[in-house]
Amino acid sequence: MDRQILIAGFGGQGVMLMGQMLAYSAMKKDYNVSWMPSYGPEQRGGTANCGVVISEQPVGSPVVNEPTECVAMNLPSLEKFADTVVPGGCLLINSSLADADVNRDDITILRIPASEEAEQLGEVRVANMIMLGALSEATSLLSVEYLKDMLSEVLPERRHGLIPLNEKALDRGRELAQKQLAVK
Amino acid sequence: MSKELVKGNEAVGEAAIRAGCRYFFGYPITPQNEIPEYISARMPEVDGVFLQAESEVAAINMVYGAGGAGGRIMTSSSSPGISLKQEGISYIAGAEVPCVIVNMIRGGPGLGTIQPAQSDYFQATKGGGHGDYRMIVLGPSNLQELVDLTYEAFDLADRYRNPVMVLGDGVMGQMMEPVVFPEMRDLDELPEKEWATTGRGQRDETNLINSLYLDPQDSYEHNMRLADKYARIKENETRFKTLHADDAEYMFVAYGTVARIVRKAIESLREEGHRVGLLRPITLWPFPDEAFEQLVEQVKGFLTVEMSTGQMFEDVRLALNGAVPAEFYGTTGGIMPDYRDVAEQMKKTMDKVGDAS
Repeated sequence: MDRQILIAGFGGQGVMLMGQMLAYSAMKKDYNVSWMPSYGPEQRGGTANCGVVISEQPVGSPVVNEPTECVAMNLPSLEKFADTVVPGGCLLINSSLADADVNRDDITILRIPASEEAEQLGEVRVANMIMLGALSEATSLLSVEYLKDMLSEVLPERRHGLIPLNEKALDRGRELAQKQLAVK
Repeated sequence: MSKELVKGNEAVGEAAIRAGCRYFFGYPITPQNEIPEYISARMPEVDGVFLQAESEVAAINMVYGAGGAGGRIMTSSSSPGISLKQEGISYIAGAEVPCVIVNMIRGGPGLGTIQPAQSDYFQATKGGGHGDYRMIVLGPSNLQELVDLTYEAFDLADRYRNPVMVLGDGVMGQMMEPVVFPEMRDLDELPEKEWATTGRGQRDETNLINSLYLDPQDSYEHNMRLADKYARIKENETRFKTLHADDAEYMFVAYGTVARIVRKAIESLREEGHRVGLLRPITLWPFPDEAFEQLVEQVKGFLTVEMSTGQMFEDVRLALNGAVPAEFYGTTGGIMPDYRDVAEQMKKTMDKVGDAS
């Protein structure tokens, strides 16, 4: 297995945490992992992204240029990265904030209204966990149940009160992905 | 010990503290800011000193002073900041003060870019500051090695009374990878520093930390003593690793982040049946010349890959001394090489060398 996952969005959407959650969870399953943030000046007030590599082999470059899975949390990210997904790969779009057409018929595309769904759960900031639940379902990378177990290890102790909400968000993401995948 | 997922810069900070570092002096610069940030929070927990100086020049001279008083000291910066520290590094080398300096290289020259590069190889290994000195330079290739080498750097610095540089880059500082941290060193078990300027006390003579030798004969003897020390370091501390050295017909030479990318290129080339391998220097100074001597009988050509326009390449050519062809491929100015381009360059090298023979 060699997965190259790119997660992109606005600063504040939790894209870095989402990547760390993936990397940490895969590390605990004894995969080789890396997490690498974009750290250019564009981060300040603009877009942020991180690349996660999960592999049975030692990780080469931790920079993800051609993702096998890409999560686009907003429109600029979708426009920038839709074309970089490798054929056969998977593109997850936060359709609440990015509804542009994507001219690719060689990849799986899931449109998850993550921000709206998160608001319905009462906290827009869990949009990232909704997307992570959907990613888990779409790629059978790491199960939602396993990711739930990891929450207490990844989130700092002062945030542990938010674990039930994050679990709900992961479940909701899985549900939404299941529905779309059933149609395909 | 359990694996932790840690950012490179923070890993450096934790490794230093576990090695017994109790004094850190620095000044912020991207992409290494998490080193001082981490240490500023962690140092008070071990009763250590964190000080953000007014400049890099001040920070390195604080290192000089505190190192002279016998503590385990570290400073960190990135390329432009390391340039500012060069005068202090030269004094520290001349006065034989142990310390650890971390450089998370960014693209230069000048202010350049904040993206990763290896273009400070010359500066790190060929002086940087003035005078006939050498600095031990360690080039880790993953975060576990970054932790282990940072930890060991303090022992090397003390053993040889010499500055040691840990040479990383922006990627290594910013990325996260699993690491296992070594044990916390017991400060009471560290070797005594008889030479340190801790007050004369019961000693017969006053200890002096100095790099001034006005009398040329004194200066000559001092330099020759340093040269002996450097020869001893080369003899004892030269390190490298090889991959597929048993059957390789062609070898890459790469260190640090680039060595990771080269490994991927090797995987794909070997899948196509090419017998290629990697020679990875871990000590950039002392450079592992003898590793090449062992390989020239078997290897038809070497391809050096760097994030520069060819700096370590000069050491590779010196080590090979014309015995077999040496080719170079580099990306610079903050751009990382792609493993497919690296593999392609190796094929060109094989064609070129094959045609010539």
